[in-house]
Amino acid sequence: MNGRAKSVFFLIWCMALTICFVVCFVTCSICRAAEETYKIGAIFSITGSGSWLGEPERNTAKMIEDKVNAAGGINGHPIELIIYDSEGDETKAVLNAKKLIEKDGVLAIIGPSQSGCSLAIIPIVEEAGVPNLSCAAAAKITDPVKKWVFKVTQSDSFCAERMFEYMLKRGITKVAIMSVSSGYGDSGRMELQKAAKNMGITIVADERYSGKDTDMVAQLTKIKGTDAQAIVNWSVGPTQVIVTKNVRQLGLNIPLFQSSGFGSTKNIEQAGSSAEGVMVPVGRILVAELLPDSHYQKKVLMDYKKEYESRFGTEVSTFGGHAYDALYIVLEAIKAVGPDRAKIREYIENSKGFVGIADIYNFSATDHCGLTKDAFEMLMVKDGRFVIVD
Amino acid sequence: MSIFTKILQYIFTGLTIGSIFAMVGLGFNIIYNATDIINFAQGEFVMIGGMVMVSLTKGMNIPMIPAFFLTIIIVAIVGILLERLAINPLSNPSIITIIIITIGASIVFKGLAMLIWGKDTFILPAFTGETPINVGGAVIIPQSIWVLGITLLVVACLAVFFEKTLLGKAMRACATNRKAASLMGINVNRMVMLSFALSAAIGAVSGVIITPISLMDYHRGTMLAIKGFAAAILGGLGSGAGAVIAGFLIGIMESMGAGFISSGYKDAIALVVLLLVLFIKPTGLMGKSELR
Repeated sequence: MNGRAKSVFFLIWCMALTICFVVCFVTCSICRAAEETYKIGAIFSITGSGSWLGEPERNTAKMIEDKVNAAGGINGHPIELIIYDSEGDETKAVLNAKKLIEKDGVLAIIGPSQSGCSLAIIPIVEEAGVPNLSCAAAAKITDPVKKWVFKVTQSDSFCAERMFEYMLKRGITKVAIMSVSSGYGDSGRMELQKAAKNMGITIVADERYSGKDTDMVAQLTKIKGTDAQAIVNWSVGPTQVIVTKNVRQLGLNIPLFQSSGFGSTKNIEQAGSSAEGVMVPVGRILVAELLPDSHYQKKVLMDYKKEYESRFGTEVSTFGGHAYDALYIVLEAIKAVGPDRAKIREYIENSKGFVGIADIYNFSATDHCGLTKDAFEMLMVKDGRFVIVD
Repeated sequence: MSIFTKILQYIFTGLTIGSIFAMVGLGFNIIYNATDIINFAQGEFVMIGGMVMVSLTKGMNIPMIPAFFLTIIIVAIVGILLERLAINPLSNPSIITIIIITIGASIVFKGLAMLIWGKDTFILPAFTGETPINVGGAVIIPQSIWVLGITLLVVACLAVFFEKTLLGKAMRACATNRKAASLMGINVNRMVMLSFALSAAIGAVSGVIITPISLMDYHRGTMLAIKGFAAAILGGLGSGAGAVIAGFLIGIMESMGAGFISSGYKDAIALVVLLLVLFIKPTGLMGKSELR
C-alpha cells in the first residue's frame, strides 16, 4: 500500500468511527429521553447524634426506591434518590439542600430528620421553590404555613396535648417538665408550656440539660422537692434512658412521660427494669401487631414492618415510617402531575386520604402537616414491652 | 426535702460526674508531662474502653473481671499504636503539628468505632446492682461509689508510680528535661510510648466504669475530652492532683449550678468559674508558676 492509499484508508476509517459514535450517541439520548429518571433529594442525619433517626429513614427510602424501580418506576420513569447526610448539623443541612437544588436539580426534598436542620433549610427551599417534606417533629416547621414546606410527622404539640389529656383524665394537674437543650427539646418545651396553659395544667418545675450529659440527678433532685404529680421528659437518644434510670434511682414514684423519641424497644432494653410504667405517645407502627385487623392502618403497617425487618434484620421504628410517608406522598404527586415542582406542591397541598405509617394525611392550604393528635397512640411499658393503654 | 439533703444530693451527683472529668484530665496530664503534647484523642480512649468492654462481656461472654483487664490491655495497645504509627515517625515535629495529629486521630477512632460497633448506644450492667443507697436522705447509686473509689485508687497508684518507681522517675525526668534525661541513659523514645499506653489504659478504666451510668456510643468521646481538658487546665496542666481536684470541682459546680441557679446554664456556670480562675491564676489551681 502506498502512502496515498494509506491516508485515504485512514480517512475512511475515521469517518466510519465518527458515524458510529454519532449513531450511538443519538440512539442513546433517544432511549434516555424515553426513560428520564425522576430525581428526588433526601437529607437525613445518617451519622452523628441523630443517627438512630437517619439510619432507618435512609434504609426505608432506599427500600422504596428499589421497589418502585423494580416495578417499572413512575409512569415508566425510573426514580433516583439522592441522599445526603446532614450529620445532625444545621450548617451541613443547608449545604446539602443547596447542593440538591443547584447541582442535582431534584423535584422535591424529603427530610431533614431533625427539627433544627429542618428549620434551617426552610428559607432555601422557599426561595428556590422546591417542595420539601420534613421528617422532623417541631410544630414550628409548618406553623405558620410556608408555601413549599410540608411535614409528615406528628407535631410535638399533638404529643404534648395527648399527654396532658391523659393526665387530666386521671386527675393530674401539676407536672414537672425536663427537656434537652436542642432544637427538639426547645420546641417540645414551648409546646408543653403552651398546651399546659390552654389545658389548665400547672408546670411546677422546668429543667433543662445538655444532650451529652451523663447524669440528670441534680435536675430530678430539684423536681423531687416540688409537689409535681408527674414528670414529662422531652429528649431523644441516650438521655431518655439516663433520665428513666435516674428517676427510679432517686425513688421518685410518680408517672414518667417520655416524648415520642422513646418509642423504640432498644430504649426499654437499655433502661431495664427502670422502664416499667413509662408512658409514651407514639405512632402506631410500634404496636402494629396489637391493632385489630379491622383497623384502617393495619395492612399498610404490617406490610412495611415485614418488608423492612426481613431486609435489614432490625426492628422497624417510627422514624423510618416518616421517610415512607414522605417519599410515597411525593411519588404519588409525581405520578399524578409529572415532573413539575409547582404542580407537585399544589397536588400535595390538596391531597386527602393518603393512608401512611403515621396516620391518614389530609393536607390543605392552611394545614401543611395533615395529621391530628389522634395519630398518637398512648403506650405504657409493661413487662419489658409496649402496650396500648388509651 | 430539706436544703441539707439537697446539697448532699448535689455533692454526690457532682462527685460522680466529676470523677469522669478527673480521669480524663489525668490522662491529658500523663502525656503532657512526658511529651508536652495535649492528646485530643484522650476522650476516644474512654469511648473505646467502654465499647471494647461491651463487646467482651456481652459479645464474647467473658466474665467481668478478666474482661476488665483485657479491655485495659487492648486500649493500651491502641494508645501504643497511635504513638508508634502517627507520632513517633515524625522527626522534630512542632507541638501544633502533633496536636493536629491527635485531633485527626480522634476523628479516625470515632469513624472506626462507628464502623465496628454501629451507631447504637450500649450499656453495661452495674458492677454490684442498682439498688440506691440512702445517705442522710440523699441517694447514691452503688456504681457511683465504684467510680469514685476506682478514680481515687488510680490517683494513688499513679502517685506511687511517679514518686517511688524507677520507671516513673524516668518518665518525670523526660518531662523536666528531655536532653538531660536522654544523656542519663533514659530511653526517651520508649518513655513517650509508655506515656501513651498509660494514659490510654486510664482512659479504658474510666470508660468501663462510667458506661453503666452514662451509656456509651461512638461519638461520646469528644464531649468527655472537652470537660476533661477543662479539668486539666483548671487544675494546672501537668499536675495530677490538680486535675483530680479540678474535675471534682467542675462536677460539683455543674450539679449545684443546675440545682440552685438554672439547669439551662449549668455548663456556662462551670465555664465562667474556669475562666475566672484562669484570669486570677493563669497556671491553674496547682500548676507550676512558670509560664510557657
